[in-house]
Amino acid sequence: MDEGRKIRVLVAKPGLDGHDRGAKVVARALRDAGMEVIYTGLRQTPEQIVAAAIQEDVDVVAMSILSGAHNYLFPRVMQLLRERGVDDVLVVGGGIIPDEDIPGLKECGIAEIFTPGASTADTVKFIRENVHR
Amino acid sequence: MAMDWQEIVSRALARDIRAVSRLISIVEDRRSGFEAAYAAIYPRTGKAHVIGITGPPGSGKSTLVDKMAAEYRGRGKTVGIVAVDPTSPFTGGALLGDRLRMQRHSLDDGVFIRSMGTRGHLGGVARATSGVVDVLDAAGYDYVLIETVGVGQSEVEIASLADTVALVQVPGLGDDIQVIKAGVMEIGDVFVVNKKDRPGVQRVVAEIRMALDLAGNASGRGRASLGHHGPAVAAGATVVTEVTAWSPPILQTMAESGEGVAEVCDMCDAHLCRLAEDGVLVERRLRRAKSETMQIASDLIWRGLADDPRALEAAEGLARKVACREIDPYSAGRSLRELIVS
Repeated sequence: MDEGRKIRVLVAKPGLDGHDRGAKVVARALRDAGMEVIYTGLRQTPEQIVAAAIQEDVDVVAMSILSGAHNYLFPRVMQLLRERGVDDVLVVGGGIIPDEDIPGLKECGIAEIFTPGASTADTVKFIRENVHR
Repeated sequence: MAMDWQEIVSRALARDIRAVSRLISIVEDRRSGFEAAYAAIYPRTGKAHVIGITGPPGSGKSTLVDKMAAEYRGRGKTVGIVAVDPTSPFTGGALLGDRLRMQRHSLDDGVFIRSMGTRGHLGGVARATSGVVDVLDAAGYDYVLIETVGVGQSEVEIASLADTVALVQVPGLGDDIQVIKAGVMEIGDVFVVNKKDRPGVQRVVAEIRMALDLAGNASGRGRASLGHHGPAVAAGATVVTEVTAWSPPILQTMAESGEGVAEVCDMCDAHLCRLAEDGVLVERRLRRAKSETMQIASDLIWRGLADDPRALEAAEGLARKVACREIDPYSAGRSLRELIVS
């Protein structure tokens, strides 16, 4: 009798860049798709993101990075999730990420990377189809 | 996390963060096994001081909660926070943004923050908020702070969940008639006038004081005890007069800088002590238990109706008769009730 199950998504901005317009657009799109979106705001450390993901018991962590530090921050979040034994959360990333970096990020466990020009509808669809239930 | 509910419960009671979090989801979503899990934790509840923080949107509730958590942590206490934001009635989605102002606590194991959408429930909190509070209480947090959605005038359900209600007001929202209107102004145990650097703060303080004086607080006051008010039940609030020597203080704060927050914490603590001494705390918790029980019974009856094909068919037939004025809706409702009870 799982009556009220909704997809819960943590939208987070790891690192030091101060631009969250994209993260807010995605947060709004996921909200309009019927999901519960927890927005943590700017300048979050990987530790803070993982702690919030655990306390909020989210199904998805969606991170946006524009600073270029994705090759450090995304794998670090994956590593901390693994250390805490969290293996049932779908992690996606977005931002200005060069094509050649994407295979490496996927290898470390990021399920999908959405780069500029990706439609929010595709993001919603990807989450719905890949969330671990 | 593949654990059965017994394991989740025993770990949550030992304040294992992931188990607490998963147990909250089980209660919030009413996942299978939730009633058994809830029954297992319930005997361990009743120890936390539950404080509700309510007030209009943008009045600084999240910031105040963040600073109160820091203050209580500084006093060596642990804090659970339940932050409620509205769910869209159109899409069912929600943007839960209260955590944004509390993230500095995220690495502190003595603070647990959980965001909730209202999921269609009116009244300023979610239907499952009381269950989530109970999980945090059972997990051993000394304080549980509930931040309601931004409220207008009539979202008073927090009064039946919390031991202490802090009502946050800010300058510039309206004239003195607003504060003598019925509703949220009646449920404050501690009044907080936030953003005290803004013009008009003295006027707000004076207006609240006048409203409290009119209510005659010195000799015990009326407090709306929310009876049962589920979707299937007409509003049945009863007024009770609590005999307590507590007189709600009016505190001025700048939550952003933390100024005045220690006094808010002191007053919430003093309020609980006063209620306990006057025997009112027992009454409040009894009323909470009663309203919870009535609500669950009414939910079960409603669900019995919604899940019973025979009842739905009968409802359909009765509705037709009501629509063509053969019978009135009260008689129809009564027949349906008899059908379910029998």
